[in-house]
Amino acid sequence: MNERTLTYKEAVAEAIAEEMARDSSVFIMGEDVGLHGGAFGATKGLFEEFGPGRVKDTPLTESVIVGAGVGAALTGMRPIVEIMYIDFMCMAMDSIVNQAAKVKYMFGGHARVPLTIRTAFGAGRGNAAQHSQSLETWLTVVPGLLVVMPSTPYDAKGLLKSAIRNDNPVIVIENKQLYGVSGHVPEKDYLVPIGKAAVRKEGKDVTLIATSRMCNFASSAVEKLSSEGIDVELIDPRTIKPLDMETIAASIAKTHRAVVVNEGPTTGGFSNEVSSKIMDTCFYDLDAPVVRVAAEDVPIPYNSILEDEVIPSQKDILCAVHKVLES
Amino acid sequence: MADQINSKKLINLYELMVRIRFHEEAIKVLFTQGKIGGTTHLCIGQEAVAAGVIAQLRPDDFISSTHRGHGHMLAKGGELKPMLAEILGRVDGYCKGKGGSMHIASIKLGNLGANGIVSAGLPIAVGSGLSAKMRGTDQITVVSFGDGAANEGNTHESMNMASVWKLPVLFLYENNKYAVSTHTSKSMGGSMEKRAAGYDLPFIKADGMDLEAVYMAAKKAIAHVRSGKGSYVMQCDTYRYEGHYYGDPMIYRSKDEVDGWRKKDPIMRVEDIMVERGILTKEEYQKKRVDIQAEVDEAVAFAEASPQPPIESMFEDVYTEWQS
Repeated sequence: MNERTLTYKEAVAEAIAEEMARDSSVFIMGEDVGLHGGAFGATKGLFEEFGPGRVKDTPLTESVIVGAGVGAALTGMRPIVEIMYIDFMCMAMDSIVNQAAKVKYMFGGHARVPLTIRTAFGAGRGNAAQHSQSLETWLTVVPGLLVVMPSTPYDAKGLLKSAIRNDNPVIVIENKQLYGVSGHVPEKDYLVPIGKAAVRKEGKDVTLIATSRMCNFASSAVEKLSSEGIDVELIDPRTIKPLDMETIAASIAKTHRAVVVNEGPTTGGFSNEVSSKIMDTCFYDLDAPVVRVAAEDVPIPYNSILEDEVIPSQKDILCAVHKVLES
Repeated sequence: MADQINSKKLINLYELMVRIRFHEEAIKVLFTQGKIGGTTHLCIGQEAVAAGVIAQLRPDDFISSTHRGHGHMLAKGGELKPMLAEILGRVDGYCKGKGGSMHIASIKLGNLGANGIVSAGLPIAVGSGLSAKMRGTDQITVVSFGDGAANEGNTHESMNMASVWKLPVLFLYENNKYAVSTHTSKSMGGSMEKRAAGYDLPFIKADGMDLEAVYMAAKKAIAHVRSGKGSYVMQCDTYRYEGHYYGDPMIYRSKDEVDGWRKKDPIMRVEDIMVERGILTKEEYQKKRVDIQAEVDEAVAFAEASPQPPIESMFEDVYTEWQS
């Protein structure tokens, strides 16, 4: 069977194009999203198809890009805003944290904020400390936000379409290193539900939970472990807020062991939240302490040898799985 | 005369200003009685700005307000009962008791929210301006901001974006001289007029203690914005008689200074004009004051009788439900 493949960034652009065609209140704005097609090419072709009225290049003004998204969302539009790098979200934090996330609650429910905030994260490109971070946990600690991290072209399209149709502010955190990766993406209209994890591979010995690009690292680790006779169940949470604990708990009930991987620094990293939730709900199913794999607690260095050492590698994941099986 | 507000409108705006003042005075009493928690920012002294600008808007226009926003909301059609119920944190409040003084909002009335973050209302106004333009309506958005917000990056970035995109936004700069305790002489380089010029935005300034001056300036600015010509910056020089928050010891300014501004009281000024022009006699406007006080007293009683929100409501309205 001939399955259509698209790159991750093409899947993003296709999701936006389909939703813009479907709903005239959807539009996109951000830095260089127009003719330039986005810093990573994820909005390529949209300007030509929909024109400058709905594919809007903005000044460099992250706080206003998101804040204006909130204002437009409150008044009948369904904006998608792009923050080029997650690092630049620091310039937009008030609009995200104090405005987008809280408006509905503060107003006693009589407001909707159908706002999608797309951004790109992650190391591995030699972009140094201000263009390589994994700041996703910051966003998960704010009630009112939904946060998704697609790891495949299929999910990049399906999750983004769900985000656009959702009436809450949804942060879609794409991975810079995955934009060029190809995979199966159906042409038909489909959605990947927000709040539902994917079991990438079933297994019985250990549950491996990994987000975004780390899920791809984990996937290759799983193949290697398989040749050693270790049967890993690989879970991609896809949505990190809210977390699909049902899928994770069901897996741990079967494997009794868990390893959690995220690309950001160890302290305060997303793996901590997953580990705590496992302690809360699966403690008596565990045969060993949960093992975390995360980056060193340092800024991302420019030098590529150092950079590779800082972020988790396939080897780190292999070691962690061996460790959890030993104890 | 072209620079005078007609009698009927003047009486309406007078009533609105008195309503705002008495609303704020009622809050002082409730606060002193320990019935209001947190903090509350009163707009006593600034009533002419809310009445002169916001009351001119259409019901389908938008405002984006500030932490000192009670007057704006009442001028946009807000009612006393849900206002005071919200400030007391009760279920009948505009936000079911979960927003309070700093977050009063009503999307239905076009109030996109008071805001606890100084300058955060401006990007939101840029968005509602953009939305009106994209939806092809002639709705406008008025965003008020103070001298504190004037120096925040959001203000500059919002004016820039509104200028580039020619958005229907009226930037209403309410200069009450103090950002908490810091006077504009110690915080502001240049002037709003020059800043507006820097973004190629038309600018108009009015004495914020003079209702008619505010009204006429706003009329001009609103007409410009509504006609699709783009944004406008309007400055009103005004003064808050109370501190930044109610209870502020105000060691940063003298009693003489406050008294000097009180002599320019915007409500007294309208009363004098009404008598002078034979619109209302002193007895007639005093009767109106008594009636409005009764209205406020009734709203206070309503608010105090409104139930506390049920505990389980703390989990409500965090998200709009979605299908997964």
